[in-house]
Parts: sequence; structure tokens; C-alpha cells
Amino acid sequence: MGWMLIRMWAILVYIFMFLPVAVVVLLSFNASQFGSFPMTGFSFRWFIELANNEAILRAFRTSIILGGLTALVSTTLGVLASLALIRYKVPGQNLISTILIAPILVPEVVLAVALLLFLNFLSINKSFALLLFGHVIFTLPFVILVVQARLVSIRRDIEEAALSLGANPVQTFFQITLPLLLPAVLAGGLFAFTISFDDITGTLFWKPGGVETVPTQIFAMLRNSISPEINALGTVMILLTVGLPVLGLAIARWASMKSGG
Amino acid sequence: MQSKKGNGMTVEARETRQPWILLSPALLVVTLLLFVPLLFIVVYSFWLRTATGADQVGFFLDNWQEALGDPFYRDILLNTLKIAAITTVVCAAAGYPAAYFIARSKGNKALLLLLLMLPFWVSYIIRTMSWINILGVSGALNTFLMWTGVINEPIQMLYNEATVILGLVHFLMPFMILNIFVSLDGIDRNLEDAANSLGATRIQGFREVTLPLSLPGLAAGGLLCFVLAAGTYITPLVLGGPTDAMFANLVFEAIITQLNWPLGSALSLMLLVILGALVLLYNHFLGMAQLMKGLG
Repeated sequence: MGWMLIRMWAILVYIFMFLPVAVVVLLSFNASQFGSFPMTGFSFRWFIELANNEAILRAFRTSIILGGLTALVSTTLGVLASLALIRYKVPGQNLISTILIAPILVPEVVLAVALLLFLNFLSINKSFALLLFGHVIFTLPFVILVVQARLVSIRRDIEEAALSLGANPVQTFFQITLPLLLPAVLAGGLFAFTISFDDITGTLFWKPGGVETVPTQIFAMLRNSISPEINALGTVMILLTVGLPVLGLAIARWASMKSGG
Repeated sequence: MQSKKGNGMTVEARETRQPWILLSPALLVVTLLLFVPLLFIVVYSFWLRTATGADQVGFFLDNWQEALGDPFYRDILLNTLKIAAITTVVCAAAGYPAAYFIARSKGNKALLLLLLMLPFWVSYIIRTMSWINILGVSGALNTFLMWTGVINEPIQMLYNEATVILGLVHFLMPFMILNIFVSLDGIDRNLEDAANSLGATRIQGFREVTLPLSLPGLAAGGLLCFVLAAGTYITPLVLGGPTDAMFANLVFEAIITQLNWPLGSALSLMLLVILGALVLLYNHFLGMAQLMKGLG
């Protein structure tokens, strides 16, 4: 009896989590000219209007470039740091971990203000570079956490075998460690990309005038009224943000199966 | 492992030097882009923005007097903490049974967790905005109620404190469930069976054994929910009314709208100190490891 109640409650929680998202997707196919109920028919018109909206396309381009560069920098830094923390005995390991995780523990608004004012003091104004710096600093801890979790499961003796067979450390890294690490690198990179692509709080502080990312563009559009175009954009974003990690997981699984892991 | 001499350096020497080479780029980035800027705004908060718009360098307490003494800031700070507390309690109360269900389910736990994570991956702004489609004047709920004849006119349900909390609960629920799940999943089920076979009812067994053992996860989820909710900037703008500003909105006002950067620094630091104290308290009693388990 008790278990039935718990189960029903859990189902309600899942409905609560999914309902709003489902409504966005449903409304994005609404033929009605207002982005609201009742549904008057099925149509792709809002997706077509979306594809012709210059501002949104520009925002998409900005978000993808920013997310890509963020993922590149964060993953590089994160993989190197994770390797050091998992593979070596470093004095003060706990302190170093806490320092590297610190950007998660600082509220994003505070991080945004501190970075904006400090770089402004150094005469680095609001710019794409500031956006990139900001996105790197708050995605780095997530990359480190994800990569560390995967690294633990990679056995060290394969590398030791390569070393003892005469490979130098650089060769060992590129021929043994990196291929084994690839799923972790991809997972970390995708995670960084997704977080960067989704960020709005920090971005609103750092972005120069006229530059919009997808979330800030949606936010600006919300100021007027909620148009069906936003729902269509939401559907595209859902496909992207849900699709990419699922794709990433699939690639990671495929890669680890291929390497016999 | 054999040390290879003649290579310039022993393997042991390399072992001690290499991790620092690997760590230094990340440490440098965090230092330059987080710690130095934080120190900088501490200094900056004592400067003064003059009427001409220039900053007067010095040691002035004016910003702190305003940030700490003005009832306007104090009220919004208290309201922000209240909203964060309600959000956390609702997430915990609603999320615990769901986490318990996932942990004890005989079905596919991985699938249940993945389903939970799906809305988590959906853009924050889209998830926040989606409530307008449900609760708005021409949203799903009003349309449904009018169709069934319960109401004749649409009701204004949006743009108040309750919808801000609703949006935050929806945003933070997966954090809570995931953290509770991690600690519930780690509990040896024999403990509960042992309690039952010794005569405890299932509810007693839960209250005396399972609940206390899952408290670290509950605390980790609670900390994350509270800190993230208290730092929210977007949700009150999208789902709140004109009087529902939270503390982060004040910071944005001071920095971006009024361009009073020294005051904005003081306000940011206030938020950091309050939320940082919670993190330190948590670290003191439970340690960071628990928090990392739920995040990773």
C-alpha cells in the first residue's frame, strides 16, 4: 500500500518535470497565430518563420561559436588537471580540488560581477573575449568532475606496460592514454558546450551591446509577449540540448566498445 | 617501477614535477579569473562612485553603510532567503519519495535517472518560460478550466511569488532528487530488513534506519537548491511581478543600470558571504566529498 503511494507520487513528480516541456513542443506546432491554446491545427509555420528570423540565426551562430571555444579551452584545462589529480599523488590534493571546484560554489551573479569589474579595471571591456573567459571559468569545474569520474575507471597498468616496453611519456600519452581517455574528453566537452549554450545569468553581465546568445535572445523576445516562434525555438533547443548529450553518450559507448573497455 | 637514469631525470623526479605542469594552467585560470577578481571587488567596494561617474579611490564605508543599513536592501535580502528556503523545503518534501522510488525500484534505475535528467538538460530559460504556456491567461490551465465551465473568465495566476517558487522548484528538483538518490542507493538494504525482522514496522524501520542514513544526500541537495535559488536572477524577471525582485536583481540594477560599481561590489559580496557561510558550514559538518558525489 505504502509502496503504491510512493510510486504514484513519483509518477506525479515526473509529470511535473515533463509537462511544461511537453506543452512547449505541442504549442510550437500550433497553427493559431497566437502562441496559446486552444490548438487550431498542426503546422510547421513557426519553424519556417524561425528559420527566416535573422536575429535568432545570428544568436545561434554566436552561441555555437562561444560554446565550441568554451568546450575546447575548458576541456583542455580540465583533462590536464584531472590527469594530475587522479594519476599522481599531489600534496594538498583536497585543497587543490576545492580550489578548482570553487567557481561552482560562488553564486554566478557574484562571479559575473567580479570578473566584469576586474577585467574592466584592466581595460578589457565587455567583449566576446570576456564572454569566453566567463564561460570557461564556470564550465571548468563541471568538466573536471565529469572527467575525473571517468578517469578513475581507466586502468593504469596499460600505460605502465607501454612505458616499460620503451615508449616515452609523450608517446604513451598520445597512443595509450588519450584513446582510452577519449570518452571522458568527449563527455567533458559536450558538458561544457551544453552549459555554455544554456547560460544566461553571466552572459547578460558580460555580453557587449548588440551581441545576443540564444538564451539572451529568447529572454529579450519574452519582454514583448510569448510568441509561437519562441515555442518553436524552444523545441529546436530541446532537440539540441537533449540530442547532443544523448549523441555524446552514444559516441562514448561506441568508442569504449571499440577499444574493448 | 624502475628509474631510468641517463634520461636527464629519474622517473621519481618526473612523478613529482609532472602533476604541477598539468595542474598549472587550470589553477592559473581559476586564480586569475575568480580569486583575483573576488579580491578586487573587496577593494572596489570601499571606493566611491562620485556624481561625475568617476571612481574615487580610497577607503570609504558609504557603500557598506548603504548595503547593510538601507531597509530596502535588507527586506529584499530577507525575502530572497525566504524564497530560497521555501523552494528547498518543497524540493526536499516532493523529491524525497521520488528518489526513494528510484532507489528501491526493481525496474531500470538507469532509465529512471536518465528520464529525470532529460528536463534537466532542457534550456533553463525555456523551462522557466514554459510555465507561461501553462499558467498564463490563455495558457493550458485557464483554457481547460474555462472549457469545463469551472470559471468563465481566465484567472491571473502568473507573476507573483508563488510562480517564482514554482519555477525555481521545477528548475532545482533534479539536483535534489539526484543527491538523495545517491545516498539512498548507497545504503545496505539488509539494514532495513534487519530492523523489520527485529520487530520494527516498515515506517519505524524507515524513520530509524533509512532516513538518518540518507541525511547527507538530503543536506547536499538542500545546500545546492538553497544556494542556486538565492542567487537567481532570471526566474523572478520571467515569472515574478514588479515587486518580486530578488537580491541578484538588485546587483544587476546597481552594476548594469545605475553603473554604481562600488555599491554593486558591496552587494555582491554580501550575497557571497551569506551563501559562502552556508557552504563552509556544510563543509565543516559533512565535507565536500558528499557534494561532489551528487554533482559528478
